[in-house]
Formats: sequence, structure tokens, C-alpha cells
Amino acid sequence: MQDLVGITDQKGKKLDLSLIRKKFPVLDQLVNGKPLAYFDNAATTQKPIQVIDALKSYYENDNSNIHRGAHTLASRATELFENTRNSLKSFINAPSAEEVIFTKGTTDSINLVAATFGKKYIKAGDEVIISTMEHHSNIVPWQMLCEENNAHLKIIPVSDSGELDLQAYKNLLSDKTKLVAVVHASNALGTINPVKTMIDLAHEQGARFLVDGAQSAAHLDVDVQELDCDFFTFSAHKMYGPTGVGVLYGKRELLESMPPYQGGGEMIREVTFAKTTYNDIPYKFEAGTPNIADVIAFNAALSFINELGKDAIRKQETKLLNHAFESCSAIKGFIPVGTASDKVSVLSFTINHMHAFDVGMMLDASGIAVRTGHHCTQPLMNRFGIEGTVRASFAVYNTIEEIDRFHESLTRIAKRKN
Amino acid sequence: MPSIDAVQKEIIGEFEILGEDKESTIFYIMELGDKLPPFPEEEKTEENIIKGCQSKVWLTTDLRDGQVHFLADSNTDITKGLISLLIRVLSGRKAKEILDADLYFIEQIGMGNIIGSQRSNGLAAMIKQMKLFALAYQSKIDA
Repeated sequence: MQDLVGITDQKGKKLDLSLIRKKFPVLDQLVNGKPLAYFDNAATTQKPIQVIDALKSYYENDNSNIHRGAHTLASRATELFENTRNSLKSFINAPSAEEVIFTKGTTDSINLVAATFGKKYIKAGDEVIISTMEHHSNIVPWQMLCEENNAHLKIIPVSDSGELDLQAYKNLLSDKTKLVAVVHASNALGTINPVKTMIDLAHEQGARFLVDGAQSAAHLDVDVQELDCDFFTFSAHKMYGPTGVGVLYGKRELLESMPPYQGGGEMIREVTFAKTTYNDIPYKFEAGTPNIADVIAFNAALSFINELGKDAIRKQETKLLNHAFESCSAIKGFIPVGTASDKVSVLSFTINHMHAFDVGMMLDASGIAVRTGHHCTQPLMNRFGIEGTVRASFAVYNTIEEIDRFHESLTRIAKRKN
Repeated sequence: MPSIDAVQKEIIGEFEILGEDKESTIFYIMELGDKLPPFPEEEKTEENIIKGCQSKVWLTTDLRDGQVHFLADSNTDITKGLISLLIRVLSGRKAKEILDADLYFIEQIGMGNIIGSQRSNGLAAMIKQMKLFALAYQSKIDA
């Protein structure tokens, strides 16, 4: 494997791709008689052995409910759980760990903001701005909120290359805008949006800004203080961590002013039938027993990313994306969807005269796992006048050899109708 | 016309020749779909869509000389190939025959493994719709 020539990790050590791949047991298998090439990383990444081991070790050694137990196991589990919160604080450079809230996933994080921030701050006649390239989970919660509060949803259009129209965004912003919620990197196209500029523009109008970082957290450097975003959301499972864990970062003064999300244990200070007072952040937003095991194992995923360094990860993924794009562009009938200059490692495309489902199914027959369909971005697909795309999304463990196999299969498939 | 049983055995034989290679099996199913007679564009209505399929499948039927004839199309090639197999087995037969048909070839050729569980549900919906049409004709005949 020559894929990692010139790429070094955080400590300046040359990366060895075969060693990285060995950390992912799931990659070493045949699918339909062919070696698995897993290109559905934007949906969920595979998990390195240290994440799997952390899960196993927690249940074997430390399993206990956290924060209230009077015994050793409980304090051990609590410490491990809070360690992840501290790691996340560093990972996104949050001012404090209390501003890092655990949720079930990005969808849950966004719904939390819509239900609490939205309830308090978005009134009749106010406006929320989102974009055409949002995932349904960054559309529907705002639609529901606007409908309930008689507020209005405004949409930033997308260009033919799959980039946001910043002039249109500026025109949409006004003193009526209370919140802008935009995706950092598009799950369907890969486009990286200039969120820093957009956040500054929103703040000039006194609006708050939520960044949907589901597709960026594993690839791009995230510094919430430098971005100055009001909320940042992401999911563990898209960054080598377990499913069922999400993160909501919010600025302290906002989180403290927002009403609680769900009622229950953990989120209270004192309960009487006359009145309940609420716990401090982050616990105010973490009602009920959290997903302890997966939060703990998430820490191992963060270590995996930190050890390689996002710079090395990005270099490898960019190399894979460029190779895939260049080789596939020569295939007759190949139509790329989303050709922004700044992209995460997502190759979205259609094949002329063929349905994405058919292409996906034929690739699967060759052991190549891709996603097909609308990718939960139906308004974006409508914008491009298509039903869906085939999406190959690459992670650091993918290889040039796998992409060559993908190119070879796709050439054979496209020939059927082109 | 060969019996439902004979046609099923014929299909099983064809898939045996294809063997274990999934790619050639899928290409073969798609080629079968390519051979379906053209489906009139004006019949591609919401009413003719089979509910319960992920892909769009249009199915129409008519009764000629006491026999039920099916015509179908789909927006995906693999689904078109699947329904072409059902048409090959069931079209041009008496309603009663269709109602009584035991479609064992689907399991025998390992269709579940080839198309996965979601599409297997879609295939079941196609069979159900074809049998419902046959039932409607049969009740007219019985009345």
C-alpha cells in the first residue's frame, strides 16, 4: 500500500495504512465473495478495536449508574463518563466542559435546541434561516417550531456546483432573524460551507447560529471559540465512535437561559409537588440515565482521531477523493453531483439512464458498500432535479486500491446503459 | 403453454447455471427486465403503483379469453427484472391458477440473499397485488 506516502501523524511519524486497517476488524471480510470496500462512511464509520475494547471493558469491569452512586464502581464509571466530556471540550476547544451536553445524536441535539432555545426565543413573526442543502434533521425541527410559533423559515439557495449563495444569505438576514442553522459539510454533496463568515454575518444582525457538524467533526478542525458559533452539534458514530451518542455544544449564557428539554432524573436540583428546581448545565439537559457505555467508548474514538491528527486524516481522504473523482470522471455516463472546490471526502454522482438503487446494488455485488437515494436531503435533490444519487464517502482507512476496484466495477456497470 | 410448475423449474435451472456469483445474477435479472414488453407511459399513474415497494412499480392487468394478463414496469432495473419473473410465471393464466400458485422458485433460487430483506418485502407486495387482481376476476367469474 503506497497510499500514505508523505503523510505523518501528530508526532511526525509516518502513517502505516495497513496498521490503521488492522485496527478495524470489520474491514477484513469478504462480501459477496469479494473483499469489502466500505465507502459508506458519511452514514457511519467503522469502529477501531480500542472503541470495541472500551465498550467491552466497561461492561466487564466498571458497569454502574453514574453521578449518584455511593460505591467504587459508580465513581469509576462517573469518572470515565466525565473524561469523555473533558476530551470533547479539548476536541472542539469549548471554554468549559459544562458547555458540552450529551445527546442521542445530532438529530437529538438539534431537536433539543429547537425545543428549548426555540421555545424561549423564537416568537410569532420571527425568522429562522436554514439552507437548501440541510439534512432533514436540520429542516424538520425548525419547520415544526416555526409552525407552532407562527415564525417563518427562510432558505439559502444553492448554486449548480453545490455551494451556498452568500449574497442571497446576506439578503435574507434581518433584525427578524433569530437563528441561522446551517450544515458545516454537506452529507449529500461534501461541500464545506464558509460557516465562520456566515456566523459573523448572523451576529451582526443579532441572530444566533447553530452549526450542524455531523459531517465535519471527523474531518475538519473544529474550534467553537474561533468560530464563535452559538451551538455546534455532532454524532459519535460518524467519527469512529459508537452509535447512540451525540454532542451539543452551546454557549454557557445561552444554555443557562434556556428552559430544560426533558424532565426526569439527573436534570433536577430539588423536586417537590409544589415546584421543581433544575440542575446546572450540562445536567439540566441530560434527563435520565445516559448512554454511559457508549459515551465512555467514544473517548477511545477521540483518541484514535487525535493520535492520527485531523491533518493526516484530511490529507489521506483528500487523496482518495481526488483519485476517485479523476478516475470516475472518465467513465461514460458518470455525472458528478456537487463539484464545490472545498469538499470533505464525499463523491456523489448519478449514472446516465440508470437508477441509483441499481448502481448501488451492482456495486454491492462487487463487495463495495455505498449509499444510494436522497440521503435525507430531498429539497436538495429537488434543487438538482434528481431523485437521488449514489454516494461514496471515504474514511482514513480506505485505500487507493479499493478506489481502483470501485472505478473498475462502476465502468462495467455504467456500460449497461451508456 | 407450460404449467406454472414447469416455468418455475425452468427459472430455477437458469439460476443454477449462474451459480454463486452475485454480480452476474443481478446483471441477469436486469436483462430479464429489459425484455419486458413496453409499458404505456399514460398508465404510469399513482393508481397503478404497487404500494409497499421502495422502487416505483406500475402494474396493470386485463382479462382476455378467461386469462389474466399482466403488464408491468419499474423505475429501477432490478425491480423490473423481479416483476418480469413473476409475469413469466403468472401472466396468461386462469385466475384460479394464479390464486392457487405456490411460488417456490423465489426461495429456491435464494432470492432473499440476492435482493436483501427490504426488496424481498417489495417482491411480496408485488405477488400480493397480482393475487388480488386474480381474486377480483375470480369473484366476478363466481358471481
